[in-house]
This record gives sequence, structure tokens and C-alpha cells, in this order.
Amino acid sequence: MEQHNTATPHVLPLSLYFTVAGTLFVLTGITVAVSFVHFGEFNIIVAMLIATVKASLVALYFMHLKYDNKLFMAVFLSSLIFLGLFLTLTMTDTMHRGDIDPIKEHPIKKEAIIYDK
Amino acid sequence: MEQAEKHPSYLQHHFADMAQQTDAAKLGMWVFLVTEVLLFGGLFGFYTFFRAWYPEMFMEAHKYLDVTMGTTNTFVLITSSLTMALAIRAMQLGKKKQTIAYLAGTLFFAAVFLVIKYFEYSHKFHMGMLPGKFYTFDGIQAANPHIFFSVYFTMTGLHGIHVIIGMIIITWVMIRTMRDEFSPEYYNPIELTGLYWHLVDLIWIFLFPLLYLIG
Repeated sequence: MEQHNTATPHVLPLSLYFTVAGTLFVLTGITVAVSFVHFGEFNIIVAMLIATVKASLVALYFMHLKYDNKLFMAVFLSSLIFLGLFLTLTMTDTMHRGDIDPIKEHPIKKEAIIYDK
Repeated sequence: MEQAEKHPSYLQHHFADMAQQTDAAKLGMWVFLVTEVLLFGGLFGFYTFFRAWYPEMFMEAHKYLDVTMGTTNTFVLITSSLTMALAIRAMQLGKKKQTIAYLAGTLFFAAVFLVIKYFEYSHKFHMGMLPGKFYTFDGIQAANPHIFFSVYFTMTGLHGIHVIIGMIIITWVMIRTMRDEFSPEYYNPIELTGLYWHLVDLIWIFLFPLLYLIG
């Protein structure tokens, strides 16, 4: 991939910005429409897929990641990798509490009210 | 001392040339954005873990969020991202007036976002759908609905604070543009402001379906 000299700005065509914004609008419409159809477990997967596509469009074109120094893309992706690690490792705890020993529920602090309804 | 004369005022003396300075500044901004992703990441974790524990409660509680207002705000924020990107493009072409107009447009859409958010918040305040121990609403049957509103207010609240900070920085670069401090050779502060503003948009792109569009 060719690296552009940032001293002379790489000006993207106006039509590209409007196409990206238009695609983001359409995808927003789709994600709202799809949320009214019930797929059960798949709703969250579809919603996150669409959000990821939208986020990628913003990052690649509006934030110029596609055209800038590839180091910036590596730095940004590293944050997502660490976020994934952080969430996955924590879920190995939160999703398996009580698997070995049953949980005895009691509030840690008096103020930490868990309301029973 | 010919070397010194060639040095433009906006090029710091410790950089060899503009390309190096621009890349260094952008790298610094991206590293800051990484810390922002991880800051919000903690809250996305808050959301994920509690949604996994209380799926029915999340399903029931999210129905009290206004999808129309949320969708409108998504369109508003994407539009503000577009005007921000166009402001940078205008400065790349040296069109100062256009840059100012696009920055003003971005500020306008940011303000619209906050006004809509204000109406959403005041409605929930009125209904008693507040975080934690302040929760007094009686209409949700599932257990612990106050947790959903804790998630909702911390995530959208922190995001809202970012919108306000973004507006302050955009105003600042707009004033600097009016003072003729930027040119196609040097517009780094506008570009870095743009990166920040787009990240605020990115976070909303995930917040919106997670909070408003649960199944």
C-alpha cells in the first residue's frame, strides 16, 4: 500500500463523503427496521454486525484510516483487541459463577440494594 | 542561517519536516483515542455482564427508551460527522469560509443532539426511571430494572460529556480558523478535532442498537 505524504494533503472527492454518509443513513434505517423483527438470539448478532460495518466506514473514510499511515490503524485495532480480551476474560468469571459452588446471595454493602420484585 | 528562514512558524523546531510533525501529532491522537475506547470499554463490559445476568429485565426495561428520538439522534450525529469531515476537506483546499461554515454546522448538529437528549432525560427523570437507589418507577415487572437505567445513564451521560467537550474544541478551532491560523499546509488541530468527533460518533453507533434496539 502506498503511503501518502501528509505534508501535501490527500483530498478525497466530495462524492465519497456523501456516499459514506448515505450508506450510514441506510444502515441505520436497516438496523432499526430489523430490530422490530424477532430472531431471538440473532437480533443482537445482526445489530452488532451492522454497527461494526458502520463503525468501519467512519474509521476508514471519515477518520482517513484507509489513506493514512498504517501504524494508526494498528494502534486503533490494538485497543479493540485488548477490549475483546478484557470482556472475554471477565466473562469466564461472570458467566460461570455458581458452577462449582452454589452462590449464597447477600448484599456486599447495606446500601447496595438489590430490589426483589 | 538559510535553514532557519525556511522553517515555517507552525513547524516545531524539533521536527524535520511537516510530514513528520503531522504524523507524530496524529499518532498521539490515536493513542489518546485508544484510552477513550478502553474507558468506554469498561462501561460496555458493565452492559455485557449485566445483560447476560438479567436478559428479561433488559428486554422489558429498554422498551421505555424512545426509539424515534434515538434514531433521530443517530442521523443527527452521522450528519455532524459528515460536516466535520467536510470542514477538514475544505481546509485542505484552502477554503476558509467553507471550513467555518462546516464547523458551525457540526456545532449546530451537536446542539440538536443534546437538546433531544435533554428531552429524553427529563422524561425519565419525571417518570422516576433513574439509576440505582434513585429509581422509583413502578411499571417494570422484571427484577432489578434500576440496573438498566444505571447502565443507560452512565453510558449516554459519559457520551454526552464527550459531545460537550467536542463542541468546546470545535468552537476553539473555529475561532483559530477565523484568525487565519490554518492553511492547506497546516490544519493539524482541525484534523485531530475531527478524529475526536468521529470517535464520539463511533461510540454512539454501538450505544444506539445496544440500548434502544434490544430484540
